[in-house]
Amino acid sequence: MTFVTFFAGSGIQSALEPAGAHAARIGRLWDVFLIISAVVWLLVMIALFIALARRKREETPDGAARARTTVSIATAITLVTLAALLVASVLTGRAIADHAPPGTIQLKVTGKQWWWQVEYDDPDKSKRFTDANEIHIPVGVPVNIQLHSSDVIHSFWIPNLNGKQDLIPGHDGSIQLQATRPGIYRGQCAEFCGLQHAKMALWVHAMTQSDYANWLTAARQPSKIPSTPEQRKGEEVFMSSPCPLCHTIQGTDAGGKTGPDLTHFAGRRSIAAGTWPNRRGYLAGWIVDPQHIKPGSQMPPMLLDEGQLQPLLAYLESLQ
Amino acid sequence: MNGRATIDVSGLPDHAFGSRSIMWWMTVCVIAIEGTVFLVTIASYFYLQGNEAAWPPPGTRLPGLQWPTINTLILLVSLIPNQLAKSAAEKEEMLKVRIWMSVAALFAVGFVIVRTLEFRHLNVSWDSNAYGSITWTLLGFHTFHLVTDLIDTVALLVLMFTHHGYKGRRFVDVSENCFYWYFVVISWLPIYAVLYWAPRLL
Amino acid sequence: MSAMETTPYALPDSDAEHEQLQKTWGPRRGPFSWFSQIDHRTIGRRFIVTAFVWFGLGGLLAALMRIQLAKPNNTFLSADQYNQIFTMHGTTMMFLFAVPVMEAVAIYIIPLMLGTRGLAFPRATAYAYYMFLFGGTMLYVAFFLNMAPDAGWFNYVPLSAPQFSPGKRIDIWAQLVNFTEISALTVAVEIIVTIFKQRAPGMSINRMPLYVWSMLVTAFMIVFAMPAVMVASNYIGLDRLVGTHFFNKAEGGDVLLWQHLFWFFGHPEVYIIFIPALGMVSTIITVFCRRKIFGYTAMVLSLVATAFIGFGLWVHHMFATGLPQSGQSYFTAASMMIAVPSGVQIFCWIATIAMGKPEFRPPLMFVLGFVAIFVLGGLTGVMLAAVPLNLQLHDTFFVVAHLHYVLIGGAVFPLLGALFFWFPKMTGRLMNERWGHISFWLTFAGFNVTFFPQHKLGLVGMPRRIYTYLPETGWGPLNLLSTIGAGILALGVLCFVVNALYSMKRGAIAGSNPWHAPTLEWATTSPPPHYNFLHLPTVSSTEPLWDHPENAPVVTGLALKKREVLITRLFDAEPDHLYLYPGTTPWAFLSAVATGGMFVALLFTPWALPIGVAIATTTLLCWFWPSSPRDEGEAPEQP
Repeated sequence: MTFVTFFAGSGIQSALEPAGAHAARIGRLWDVFLIISAVVWLLVMIALFIALARRKREETPDGAARARTTVSIATAITLVTLAALLVASVLTGRAIADHAPPGTIQLKVTGKQWWWQVEYDDPDKSKRFTDANEIHIPVGVPVNIQLHSSDVIHSFWIPNLNGKQDLIPGHDGSIQLQATRPGIYRGQCAEFCGLQHAKMALWVHAMTQSDYANWLTAARQPSKIPSTPEQRKGEEVFMSSPCPLCHTIQGTDAGGKTGPDLTHFAGRRSIAAGTWPNRRGYLAGWIVDPQHIKPGSQMPPMLLDEGQLQPLLAYLESLQ
Repeated sequence: MNGRATIDVSGLPDHAFGSRSIMWWMTVCVIAIEGTVFLVTIASYFYLQGNEAAWPPPGTRLPGLQWPTINTLILLVSLIPNQLAKSAAEKEEMLKVRIWMSVAALFAVGFVIVRTLEFRHLNVSWDSNAYGSITWTLLGFHTFHLVTDLIDTVALLVLMFTHHGYKGRRFVDVSENCFYWYFVVISWLPIYAVLYWAPRLL
Repeated sequence: MSAMETTPYALPDSDAEHEQLQKTWGPRRGPFSWFSQIDHRTIGRRFIVTAFVWFGLGGLLAALMRIQLAKPNNTFLSADQYNQIFTMHGTTMMFLFAVPVMEAVAIYIIPLMLGTRGLAFPRATAYAYYMFLFGGTMLYVAFFLNMAPDAGWFNYVPLSAPQFSPGKRIDIWAQLVNFTEISALTVAVEIIVTIFKQRAPGMSINRMPLYVWSMLVTAFMIVFAMPAVMVASNYIGLDRLVGTHFFNKAEGGDVLLWQHLFWFFGHPEVYIIFIPALGMVSTIITVFCRRKIFGYTAMVLSLVATAFIGFGLWVHHMFATGLPQSGQSYFTAASMMIAVPSGVQIFCWIATIAMGKPEFRPPLMFVLGFVAIFVLGGLTGVMLAAVPLNLQLHDTFFVVAHLHYVLIGGAVFPLLGALFFWFPKMTGRLMNERWGHISFWLTFAGFNVTFFPQHKLGLVGMPRRIYTYLPETGWGPLNLLSTIGAGILALGVLCFVVNALYSMKRGAIAGSNPWHAPTLEWATTSPPPHYNFLHLPTVSSTEPLWDHPENAPVVTGLALKKREVLITRLFDAEPDHLYLYPGTTPWAFLSAVATGGMFVALLFTPWALPIGVAIATTTLLCWFWPSSPRDEGEAPEQP
């Protein structure tokens, strides 16, 4: 039984603690496979031990015939077990494929070396917006995610919610998420995608439907106008540095598309695609020396003096 | 351990033809390997074709049909001297081996010369698009093994004009060389069909 | 003309015959003789040692990775170093160790087990060895120049395409594939031909030892699997060197084409590694349970079935790419059904053990360890075959655990057992049994402590090929445990290697058949002479030496002054004709130098192809042209 408890895991990035309809189905299939496999392994080991410990008699034709029967029966049992597992697997596969009608919520996730761009679609063009490295979804509603890559192959994987799906240049794919309880779940690129493959994580916020509605309304707004002199100074620093060449802040002139959209940057949990918590000290380090934290990343180091850095940080922290 | 003598093999022949010889089996293995290379390449060809609405892709002209068709005829006719050389080798008739192998080698030389024209009339470069890449590569693989076989044939032919040729096993080598030539010819037919007819018919 | 059945008579001991055969088959003398050796025992030994050198290096790289991952946010290795190292580890183990070492053991053992004087096409064996040696050397030279490939042993495009991987790193990987596959294919052809045509008289196809069957099946798999990866690696090489567009979607290329071709090779590759091990297991169980294997026919059919099914599974490496559902179900079914032939073999082995009298000596211990580990690895394989589970487990540490269970458990454990078993044949001395047991228990414990926790790591979200992870993932403790296990495993392997090195000089003298084994490699002295057998043996069952422990029936009439071998018929192995092997030559080595030089030069310019082909052709012509009696198989004139 220690064997089974060993596999009773927990975590914010765990297939063993499902928080989504798909992951729950897969979790049940896993339980079936785990138990059957454990039993099969034990039976084979017991048979082996009996064979080794058996007191040998002189061999008789009778013994060989019995062995033949035993081996045939064991083979037949193997076949039946495998067939049963196959059926279980195919049924689960169908269930997770047909689990929900195409969701009302449409997202597009683009994998980039090494971060995730998240676009919220809407028939009304003015309601579309872009986010990075975080996905917000309402509990209980199926969400359809279009997966796209424009550089190398990545793989989108939120183990608590569903299995993974590759993002392949030239082959757009899709995946559905349907959270069953609110929470924050971590995911991480699962296909080796180059130097910083290890630092390409993202967060999924599963929210109650009312929280989600509130969040959505806020997220569709442009960024807040700086309210303190320090923040205003920071905005000037931002706009006069190379930052706007790569980053967009809705409501300002910054419209770069290479890096993550920063319109609501302060609301994010982490920076550099899940690498560090989004706190002032870390953020300062990331701006000044990103190549130390994530060598090879597209973010260049910013040569800023203290009088520029602090206002810039204050400005970024105001982007609610 | 000395053992007990039960079989005396001193009277056995020192060579044998066909599937009795180890050279034949080696040739079969080489054919299996090269055949797999061709099949994999042809599979890639159709895989890439499946991605395109038009094949060859718009803006690319069809490959010229004249030279490869002439070449196919050369190859098919070359089977005649090839078979005559093979039979002569198996009867160990040196003069006929020399004559028919020389003729077969000339056909191969002719084929290689026409092959250069074939490349010129592919009407696409390997770096224009994926169609060009796979077309050049498939034709390139076939040319590569054709040229290596030609070198092999010429070397063996020269050997057959020396005193080394008079050993029985050299006739086996000739026979296997001719056997391999059958593969060169037969494998060319599907490649010819793929390269020159698939873009026209499919 | 045909072979004469003679009235059996006892043969006298003849020193003169030994001496003459020694002259005919012995190595050439002289300062450069090392490079002109071609006999299968010498080349086989070099091949095994070289493969183990790469194994050691690959193991060291694994140790570096385990140190890096022992704790979160570790900075022992940089991202770039880690990516090179895991690529090198996989490339080394798959291309430079696993397949070559299995072929290497076969190069040594198969001709002895078949009762013949050598491997067909001995010069090609030498050529294959040097290609293998040069390829591995090129890879490690690149590694020490900080130019090692870094896109994984699977080398997926477009990450390995020129725009995302500039420089020479990927080109080196692509050329390494050419080196090793040429080597592997050459040896595979020799093995097939030798097994088909050079078996001892009487060794009809239904009397072939199971190890011979396993190598025959493996060699055929190599013939049909390896061309796919050679073609694919040449596509990527061409894309990088001359601007073709196989994988460039902007010009009609397709990145999934790579994955199909790679896994069409890559999945059979696993069985290419694993099937020889099955033959080793059957050999060891037979000897140490003192009973012929139960269910010989079922075992043979299982091997063949595994090989066939093995070619129909490759898509289960690609489930997460989102291929159509119906296709996926087929690949799930096939991937699960391959467990059946493996199951049949396990059951037959257990039946053999049950009816035999097991002796718990180190080779059998390694085999028992194999059963425990491999069954577990097979079961996790069934899990991975199920599409829904695969979508969670794919590319996580669960797969890392699974593949090491099937490759270390399924292949390295039997290999170590087999080396312990055949060591006395190769060196004339026995390995130390006490240290054999110690090394077994250390590797067995170390292996499980290293890899069992990785199943759990994958389930709790740890992807493969990451150089670091954050503390809040909670993966730290299990990773530390895994690293400790790796230390124990390394210690176990070290014990084995030291035992082997020590025993080579100081081990107990073995005699010709120390294990009282039934197959023909034990019918000659240990180590065997250059001509393998004074008189070729004949057989009348799968266990000839148990039939005739003394005074075995043999063949007479093979020439003493020529390198004459006996060719037998395909199915019934009746004597058919005689064939002359060529003698020692430096040209196999020089041809490998020429081809290898061409491959390396191709890293830099496409012009290396025509120039290289011209040079290589010249060396090959020198190889084939009979310029001395030695080339025609005659004994060299002795000074």
